[in-house]
Amino acid sequence: MGVGIEVESLNAWFGAAQALHDIAMRIAPNHATAIIGPSGCGKSTFVRCINRMHETLPETRVSGKVRIGDMDVYGNGTPAVQVRRHVGMVFQKPNPFPAMSIYDNVAAGLKLNGFRDKGKLDEVVERSLRMAALWDEVKDSLNKKSGASLSGGQQQRLCIARALAVEPNVLLMDEPASALDPISTGKIEDLIFQLKQNYTIVIVTHNMQQAARVAEFTGFFLLGNLIEFDKTEKIFTNPSDKRTEDYITGRFG
Amino acid sequence: MRNRPTRTDGISWLRRLKDHLATAAAVAAVLLVLLPLAAIFIYLVQRGIGSINWAFLTRTPTPVGVPGGGMANAILGTGVILAIASAIGVPLGIGAGVFLSEYGRNPFGDAIRFTADVLNGVPSIVIGIVAYSLVVLRQKHFSALAGGVALGIMMIPTITRATEEMLLLVPVSVREAALGLGVSRWRTTVSITLRTAAAGIVTGIMLAFARVAGETAPLLFTAFGSQFWSANINQPIAALPLQIFVYAISPYDEWHRQAWAGALVLILLIVGTIAVVRLIASRGMMKGTA
Repeated sequence: MGVGIEVESLNAWFGAAQALHDIAMRIAPNHATAIIGPSGCGKSTFVRCINRMHETLPETRVSGKVRIGDMDVYGNGTPAVQVRRHVGMVFQKPNPFPAMSIYDNVAAGLKLNGFRDKGKLDEVVERSLRMAALWDEVKDSLNKKSGASLSGGQQQRLCIARALAVEPNVLLMDEPASALDPISTGKIEDLIFQLKQNYTIVIVTHNMQQAARVAEFTGFFLLGNLIEFDKTEKIFTNPSDKRTEDYITGRFG
Repeated sequence: MRNRPTRTDGISWLRRLKDHLATAAAVAAVLLVLLPLAAIFIYLVQRGIGSINWAFLTRTPTPVGVPGGGMANAILGTGVILAIASAIGVPLGIGAGVFLSEYGRNPFGDAIRFTADVLNGVPSIVIGIVAYSLVVLRQKHFSALAGGVALGIMMIPTITRATEEMLLLVPVSVREAALGLGVSRWRTTVSITLRTAAAGIVTGIMLAFARVAGETAPLLFTAFGSQFWSANINQPIAALPLQIFVYAISPYDEWHRQAWAGALVLILLIVGTIAVVRLIASRGMMKGTA
């Protein structure tokens, strides 16, 4: 089941440049929360701080508190790899492992962390591919084809299956459909609808219609600040902040 | 047919001429590159094929004047020396390459990169002297091990740089995918990054292998050469390049013929090894991999 995410006074830097300023946010479990805002506003940095991916880039720094369920993400005793095992991440550009079969791509998270039980792996791979709505398209070529041989939309669903296979509580999606055509985008959005029954989803998107379609809550970021965070309906119909209104009505950004 | 418009209709004759010229220049360059290789190979076959027979491949050399004999010991010796060289050069080269690409974006990494490039340019005879002082002086006699150390050192910089370049070609997004799954950094490097770059790294290893397989100078005072059948790494050992060298500068026609045959066998062995390694490597790759 999904768990909630609590963010308190979160700051993030790239070198000397501060990318996030004092973000506070409570993300509800088993719902989809959209993060919108213009390019360079810190959306991606924000989700990358949730699973400690921000610190994998050179010369970056984070301060503040993030809790996922009862896990203190930046706590002293919490290793980054453990955080990432509980959080699935789907990136903007589909990034399957090119040298691995479809099967191995999905099983990668478990196998690389030392899980060896073949029967259980088969089960997890099938279940994850079914959840990602990809099973029927690839079931006959699981071990024959490389992950890179699939179409872009299939690759992205493969990446979702790969993220689901490690049974995370939270799924972070960083513009998961921005590199895909409308049909593939529709499939990914349908998927988000299915998945949020079991997972807490945070989705970064440039596409405001997409945010309105899939997310119950929406946060609007601008220049590293969280300007407004509310029910999606409220954000899109009656925003409290002038800047939010300007953005969603297309007056800037 | 004549009336159907084609894509080239709107393109001026000048642009088409330039296109053809550029294509012709590229084809000519390829032919020029292949020509010396083809010429050498054809000449070697002409001169050497007549002396290659079962005895040549299975017998050890005979004394001067005694007909027959072969280079079986040199073929074995080359195999032994190259095995030792690969055992040294491949792990060290790959290890250094991984370090440079994953942790080497700093002055220390730049220093290693520079050192590797310089090492690549050191004359092979000098590498031989290094192996001589490292191994031969200590053991107090020539040995296959010393020859392997010399060739192994020569393999390192090529493999290092090839590994680094190939790893840098692996997109950051692929590493992030693994890190995002909670895979530790070293695991990501070994199981994802290296695996993704494997085909290119194998090519680098084969380049280094082919280069040292024909080296003679560094073996002169390390492996030294031998007339006897031996696979003992602590004893002097024969090697094809050495044997070719000794036979080629001798005054005997029979030895000259055997030297030609030896050169042909050496080239075929290198080509064969590379072909087999490539075959095995491509079996391990998935379809659809670039």
